[in-house]
Amino acid sequence: MTPTDVAVLAASCTALSLFALAAGLLLSGIDRKLAARMQARVGPPVWQPFLDTLKLLQKESVVPAHAVPWLFNAAPVIALASSILVLFYVPVGSFPPVLGADGDLVLVMYLLTLPALALVAGGFASGSPYATVGAQREMVTMIAYEFPLAVVVIGVAWRLGAAGISHPFALQSIAQTPVWSVTGPLGALGALVLLLVLAAVTPAELSRIPCDTPEAETELAGGLLVEYSGRNLAMFSLSQAVKTLVFSAVAVAIFLPWNISSLLAVPPALAAAADLLFFLGKTFAVSFLAVTLVRVAMARFRINDLVRFYWVYLPVAAFLGLVLLMADVAAAHLLGVIP
Amino acid sequence: MKEETKKAPYRVPIGPNHPALKEPVMFTFEVEGEVVRDVDFAPGQTHRGIEWMGMRRNPVQIVHLTDRICGICGVVHSLSFSMAVEDVAGIEVPERADYIRTIVHELERIQSHLLWAGVAAHELGFDSLLHLTWRVREDAMDVIENLTGNRVNYGIVQVGGVRRDILPEQHPVIERCLDRYESLLGTLLSFFLDDATIRARCRDVGVLSRENAIGLCTVGPTARASGVNVDLRQDYPYAAYGDLDVRAVLPGQYLGKTHGDVYDRIVVRLLEIGQSCQIIRQCLSEMPAGPVTAEEKLPKLLATCKKAVGEGIGRVEAPRGECLHYVRMEGKDSPAAWKVKASSYSNLMSWIPMLRGAQVADIPIIVASIDPCLSCTDRVAIVRDGRREILTKDDLHRLSVEKTRRLQG
Repeated sequence: MTPTDVAVLAASCTALSLFALAAGLLLSGIDRKLAARMQARVGPPVWQPFLDTLKLLQKESVVPAHAVPWLFNAAPVIALASSILVLFYVPVGSFPPVLGADGDLVLVMYLLTLPALALVAGGFASGSPYATVGAQREMVTMIAYEFPLAVVVIGVAWRLGAAGISHPFALQSIAQTPVWSVTGPLGALGALVLLLVLAAVTPAELSRIPCDTPEAETELAGGLLVEYSGRNLAMFSLSQAVKTLVFSAVAVAIFLPWNISSLLAVPPALAAAADLLFFLGKTFAVSFLAVTLVRVAMARFRINDLVRFYWVYLPVAAFLGLVLLMADVAAAHLLGVIP
Repeated sequence: MKEETKKAPYRVPIGPNHPALKEPVMFTFEVEGEVVRDVDFAPGQTHRGIEWMGMRRNPVQIVHLTDRICGICGVVHSLSFSMAVEDVAGIEVPERADYIRTIVHELERIQSHLLWAGVAAHELGFDSLLHLTWRVREDAMDVIENLTGNRVNYGIVQVGGVRRDILPEQHPVIERCLDRYESLLGTLLSFFLDDATIRARCRDVGVLSRENAIGLCTVGPTARASGVNVDLRQDYPYAAYGDLDVRAVLPGQYLGKTHGDVYDRIVVRLLEIGQSCQIIRQCLSEMPAGPVTAEEKLPKLLATCKKAVGEGIGRVEAPRGECLHYVRMEGKDSPAAWKVKASSYSNLMSWIPMLRGAQVADIPIIVASIDPCLSCTDRVAIVRDGRREILTKDDLHRLSVEKTRRLQG
């Protein structure tokens, strides 16, 4: 790598980080506003999360006496850093992933678990019984949703591989060849099932109602985050906002990767901007359907109901999608589409 | 040994202040994983000495003090206290006043049950339902404001009657509100009872068996949800209830089977909203004409109270169950004794069997399911040398024996 390459990389990473923070906070503002409107409330202004973050950053960060200070303080940094890091591997609009050559969807899946692990570590490090119960619940939730999520990812990548795509796990190649373009009707149905499974995993991945058991305000008084305040809490809430954006972006990259500039007669100078806006629109739509709509329409799961849902019902659905994809490939072979 | 210490249940304190609790009470849970092994609780965190204040005031003043015992039961305590004083002083309440008391009492039940339903939804993490129920609750609050001039602390009940009449032009206001609730009831029932997540969280959660409900002297919706057929309005009618047909609402009537769980408590409370609408309708159509108070002139009323000697009780079916006021007058301005027993006092003990074996996640909804009102309940807190003391049954027995000896001289 030449120094220029490094400088370009650093600049684009910084720009992307700032974009992630801004877009994440905007997304959470929109989420709060829309949820409020659906609950017959006025709701806070869309820029409220920005003000909240600014306020929290100015406040004292209290470390409880029973906490393990270094872990307690490191957890929010790790959570925020890993949330932002995911975005470097995901295509944003028509921009290819910044670090796309060095990592693929499997890495992204591991990175996505990092903020949750940081939360667990921070929860255990707080030395509060509420946070401990919350951390235990977060671990159980993670174990529960990882399996259906893995089935979705592997299913899509396997189908792309079967269609002869060279690097089926690389997000760039997934984004360039939408899964719908290689499947027949059976496969499209299977991919649709996997899309729904991914949507069902989203609230658990993001710890939102009905899967906000680790934080459960009325039960655990904030659970994992109960001892966090000031700058540390701001970083956790930023990481939550960024993670919402990033997870929606991954879903968009896997299932809805189209760009708009090729369809519209946009001047080339504006093509990137149009694609970026379209990308934001897609991620906001995904997060609205999978997060906001779900969280206003449901009560909180008990942890055992949550595990049953993610271990029994969702894997069954995911396997069904997988079987449909396999049948699709078999049908293609039988019909002689693929030699 | 090592195994045992590892597995030993750990203590989770919940309270005195915690988001799950709307009022201060101190819980100590013995938790093993997510399961509650044992539980103890200590009320008495919100004792305000209202009885002490009351014993230095005359009955007309105390009525307004009773309004402030509870923020939701604005009429229950004042009605119950007035009935106790009327009992002592032999004051006959005019029939129309009884009907007005009943109407406001039932409107209060509607708003209280709706408030509870919203809180229950919030405890389950279902905030949309909280906002929707509290929005429809405003209708009842508006009508109460129209009738009494206040949204809380109504100040409508007076010893010997009520302070305001219901005018003919107010009838349509009440009826419009009742129409709205009656058309809404089906929607509310389906929102709460047909929702899969609420059913999963409430069915067979916090079960109180019929035997426990009777044995622990539970009252109100908590007892009725366990299939105990008690309702003061049916068993010992007061105010205008003797003229109306009121039957206790039991979950078995609606679902065919009684579980005694949180779900049944939702059923009972929601159905009671419909029942209250019917009662108010009946009151409006059958309300006789006449005065609304036995004695309009307060000095004359006070003189009657001052002359009274003896003891009296007033029992009222509050939204949470039976509320009892005991008053003893000894020919002075202020009562010689005044004791308030709020409905939650009778219901609190039912927490223990409900919470044992429950999951940590179910604690908030189980605690909320009896609709606890701790500021109504807390009458005593013993603090000596900066330390809180708990009086056991033996202590209380010893104290009573000592007092009896003292009185005998």
